[in-house]
Amino acid sequence: MNKYDAIIIGGGHNGLVAAAYLAKAGKKVIVLERRHILGGAAATEEIYPGFKFTVFSYVVSLLRPEIVRDLNLPKHGLTILPLESTITPLPDGDYLYRDIDHHRTLRNIARFSERDAEAYEEYSRSMYFMAKAVKYILGIIPPDPTSLKPKDLLGLLEMSKHFLGIGEEQFFTLFKLMTMSSADFLEEWFETDPLIATMSASGIIGTFLGPRSPGTAYVLLHHYMGEIDGVFRAWGFAKGGTGAISNSIAGAAREFGAEIRTNAPVSNVIVKNGKATGVALENGDEFLADIIISSLDPKLTFLKLVEENDLPSDLVESIHKFKIRGSSGKVNLALDALPDLSCIPGPGPHLRGAISISPSVDYIERAYDDAKYGEISKQPYIDVIIPSMIDPDMAPPGKHVMSCFVQYAPYELREGTWEQRREELGDNVVNALSEFMPNIKDIILHRQVLSPWDVEQSIGLSQGNIFQGELSLFQLFFLRPASGYAKYNTPIRGYYQCGSGTHPGGGITGTPGRLAALKILKEIN
Amino acid sequence: MPIPTPFHAKTSALTASHEWSNWSGFLAAVMYEPYHEHEYYSIRNSAGLLDVSPLYKYEIKGPDAVFHADRIMTRDITKCEIGQIMYTPWCDEDGKVIDDGNIARLGKDHFRITAADPNLRWFQDCGYGLESEVVNVSDELAALALQGPNSRKILKEIVVGADLDKLQYFWLTEAKIDDFPITITRTGYTGDLGYELWVHPKQAERLWDIIFETGTNYGLSPFGLAALDMARIEAGLVLIEVDYNSSHKAVIESQKSSPYEIGLGWAVKFGENKFIGRRALEEEKVQEPEWTFIGLEIDWVDLESLFSRKNLPPQVTGRASRAALPIYLQSDHIGQATSITFSPLLKKYIALGSVRTNAAKIGTPVKLEVTVEYTRQAVDAVIVKPKFFNPKRKRSLGTDE
Ligand SMILES: Cc1cc2nc3c(=O)[nH]c(=O)nc-3n(C[C@H](O)[C@H](O)[C@H](O)COP(=O)(O)OP(=O)(O)OC[C@H]3O[C@@H](n4cnc5c(N)ncnc54)[C@H](O)[C@@H]3O)c2cc1C
Repeated sequence: MNKYDAIIIGGGHNGLVAAAYLAKAGKKVIVLERRHILGGAAATEEIYPGFKFTVFSYVVSLLRPEIVRDLNLPKHGLTILPLESTITPLPDGDYLYRDIDHHRTLRNIARFSERDAEAYEEYSRSMYFMAKAVKYILGIIPPDPTSLKPKDLLGLLEMSKHFLGIGEEQFFTLFKLMTMSSADFLEEWFETDPLIATMSASGIIGTFLGPRSPGTAYVLLHHYMGEIDGVFRAWGFAKGGTGAISNSIAGAAREFGAEIRTNAPVSNVIVKNGKATGVALENGDEFLADIIISSLDPKLTFLKLVEENDLPSDLVESIHKFKIRGSSGKVNLALDALPDLSCIPGPGPHLRGAISISPSVDYIERAYDDAKYGEISKQPYIDVIIPSMIDPDMAPPGKHVMSCFVQYAPYELREGTWEQRREELGDNVVNALSEFMPNIKDIILHRQVLSPWDVEQSIGLSQGNIFQGELSLFQLFFLRPASGYAKYNTPIRGYYQCGSGTHPGGGITGTPGRLAALKILKEIN
Repeated sequence: MPIPTPFHAKTSALTASHEWSNWSGFLAAVMYEPYHEHEYYSIRNSAGLLDVSPLYKYEIKGPDAVFHADRIMTRDITKCEIGQIMYTPWCDEDGKVIDDGNIARLGKDHFRITAADPNLRWFQDCGYGLESEVVNVSDELAALALQGPNSRKILKEIVVGADLDKLQYFWLTEAKIDDFPITITRTGYTGDLGYELWVHPKQAERLWDIIFETGTNYGLSPFGLAALDMARIEAGLVLIEVDYNSSHKAVIESQKSSPYEIGLGWAVKFGENKFIGRRALEEEKVQEPEWTFIGLEIDWVDLESLFSRKNLPPQVTGRASRAALPIYLQSDHIGQATSITFSPLLKKYIALGSVRTNAAKIGTPVKLEVTVEYTRQAVDAVIVKPKFFNPKRKRSLGTDE
């Protein structure tokens, strides 16, 4: 009989983290993953012979140190290699380069504005304090706010002020971060367009918003979150791609006794008298357990895996409204040689970092304009890394792989389907790159283009939203995914959630998986 | 004033950091880039290249060479085969360590020794009455350490006349690169797969260029002493003047150590061999040495909490620290951590050190002194084996993979 203490639906990194913690606590656990490989959005595949693509996610920045320690992930193969620089090439042949060499970075910014170079340090300091406040929130199970009844944003912020014990001035900055657009927020500090553009880009990742849309400033904070952990920070490229992170977590889970099955798509959760009792696979196999945990996004967790009439109608309505618009694509390239940047020709350490195609705020905003009306950005924002420059094992000797994260690629196209227009996205990306890398078209051996629709098809993320739901204020903390169900619980007894659609949200953090497991263990022990 | 090594034209062109240290009177790059993390990872992730020319190199030759070398070394040199290398300490008459290094048997009556300190006089004196000579060949050999998981792949592309897949850990082979002769030893100071390459100084620059040409495809990076120090602490390898003092330099008796006290008891062999210090060490072995060489794992959560009381993130040196710190068991001072580093690979804050043998049990919870915002604090730590990282590839053959 397939009887377990807990069943985890989905073998993405959060499902695996939950499994590892539960198994570590002595529970009999099974993970059921639909695909042939583990990892979900954190997966590495050899798409072209000899070339390993970090297919979806590509950098790691927020994987929590406590998870690395609790599960001893380095023992299971996790190695985070440094990613030390960001270069923003500009159309006039110039560039903005920032790296780990503090003074060089300031000199580089000062070429554009001496004031900005000085503000850069102050800005980092200010963000550090903010990140410190927010880090606390990221590590806790969201408290129940109903007693405080924050009806609006201000109430919510007042409450965080209360929680975090921060002063007036910091509260004010936090308020701005929560409400302003990333471009506006940064313009209060800086005047250099490519600097503002490149920094604001991190605020739009995974959202269907532009750098000038309010609410995008908050994500800027995440970049400073690592600072709080000192040398323990996990900012970089995982050796072997992000799939290696998932595999290391799976290794830990197995060592603690968890069972992990691939090619095991779950069709539904079995619910009897308001209580979850097991799951059924698409092939009809059944697995039983008192605890069923879904790591899928909120739409699938509530609207596909269970029957709507097992749920209260207000929840069904909130989940229908939950914003999960896909806006990003991914283009992975196998390259015959290194790309040459026209601003700094030849090889060099700048190719070991990020290359950001974000020459101006207008450039990104225009890319967003296309998407607003259902068009693929003609000149997209692209975040490029060359994994093989960081981990040479990703490609054959002398060859390279390039990972291009692209915005915008709207899930809903005004005309045609993604199946018909997929390669157009690839063309726009390569064309945009060739403005700055003249040799790029000549060195492409293979191109993999993933639209949001493809992301949905392959790993199930609804509408291809990379974070299982946008990271907007109204979908965060105790509102993620819905008021009253932010503590990893559901209205169905024994049925829980642990994916990025829960607090604290998307990205490779492992936190939803960990907090869910800890919450469940507390409930049952 | 330190002088250049045979690789200086190459290394100095790459030393963007301009950070040099003085290694035995030679200019040695501390790091090439402004920050050493990439260099450190090259050792563990791809391949790194270190100029080790400043090592002292001696040869012992002559019909009594075996006998001579055996008198010096605590390992059983009579068992060292031609082509084999032994890592070993050497001691004074009281069994206290003078230095440690590698001894390679190049021929029947021919050895080469690498040492951290000048040892000519000592080695010559040890050969009193024997038909053998000791020569300092330091200036006749330029040396590079090529270390890391991709080191074999790089060498295989450039070396002719040797089967590197079959070259075992701590063995050597003669070969050719381009058209010049080279000695390749499967040795290093990183605890990883790696090789050391020995050539005539006039080939030095050419060797550097050839390795780089091929190495670039395998993620090769030059690395300096900062990265080396972190790697050798992970590997649990002792460093003279840091983890122990040469008995020839100690000012007071208690500064001296026996091999047992610095984790090299395994390299003391009581067989047919007759080495200086043997009698003292035989006695010490029965009695149990006063000190034991240990590893420490410092509790990161406790460290974080010490700093967070001051509202600070945990601050530890980005590089390895050689400032010794006292170790306590309850309130007793039981020893000291002598080499400390955060291991980016293992994500652990680790140290090497010595504690009194009666307190050295693996798993013993102890306290290590740390300074938090000018105040002395004690952080939780646990005694572990002094070997934090020991990958299979360090010893495995190319044919195993
Ligand atoms: C293109 C892209 C780029 C990104 N870039 C980054 C980045 O650089 N850095 C970063 O930190 N984050 C990035 N992210 C976000 C990050 O990867 C995700 O937030 C995170 O990996 C989600 O993990 P998860 O475990 O919560 O969910 P998922 O990874 O979505 O895991 C869900 C799993 O469930 C499986 N599944 C689906 N349906 C079923 C079913 N019916 N039965 C069984 N199994 C099922 C899926 O196959 C999948 O393995 C990116 C995401 C994408 C898509």
